[in-house]
Amino acid sequence: MPYKERQSIVSLLTTTLVAVVFFVYVLPRYPTGNPYSPAVFHFWGLAVVILIPVSIAANIAVSIAFSIVYSMATQEKTSLVSDERDQLIELRAIRNGLYVFAGGFSLAMGSLAIDMPPSVMFIIIMVSGYGSGLVSNLTQIFLYRRGC
Amino acid sequence: MSAWVIRNNIRTLRFHHDEMTQQQLAEKAGVTRQTIVAIEKGKYSPSLELAFRIARAFDVPLEEVFFVEDSQP
Repeated sequence: MPYKERQSIVSLLTTTLVAVVFFVYVLPRYPTGNPYSPAVFHFWGLAVVILIPVSIAANIAVSIAFSIVYSMATQEKTSLVSDERDQLIELRAIRNGLYVFAGGFSLAMGSLAIDMPPSVMFIIIMVSGYGSGLVSNLTQIFLYRRGC
Repeated sequence: MSAWVIRNNIRTLRFHHDEMTQQQLAEKAGVTRQTIVAIEKGKYSPSLELAFRIARAFDVPLEEVFFVEDSQP
């Protein structure tokens, strides 16, 4: 299995791990009471502000650790380089991920339009953010398996 | 407009260049071995720049490496 394909699988696992940790540790702290109170917006604002850097840092750290372990294990240097085909695959993966996030964002706005609580909107955005990462990584794995 | 596909002679050219390995060609062209594999199998059509770099690696004109063929319906 080529390096890039393994890297996509590692990235997929990292994204899933961060999402699981987020839902396990953050969601139980959801404030009880009025679903339209400022405390609810404060909670979601804080959750997003924490999630974004934690997610980016986790992905970078795991990616660096993986490339070090991989090059130590295989003594391979050339596969760490990205060429035009890798960039094309990455662009297609990002495109598909953005489609998912755009769909989720539209659904989230739709939930507000039909007078659902703001938490529903935030949950849809969070889930579509995770779904976006998932689809992006799965697209990469699929395209690497297929050739391009 | 009739449909056509891009084919290549990379495998043959590698054979005629002292059985050049895919890794050696990849290093000469500045891409990964996986990309050479994908091009050789016809799963990926390279950019014009990469096509020229592959042709230069074999020291032949571009049309000796890549050619078009009418696709069968």
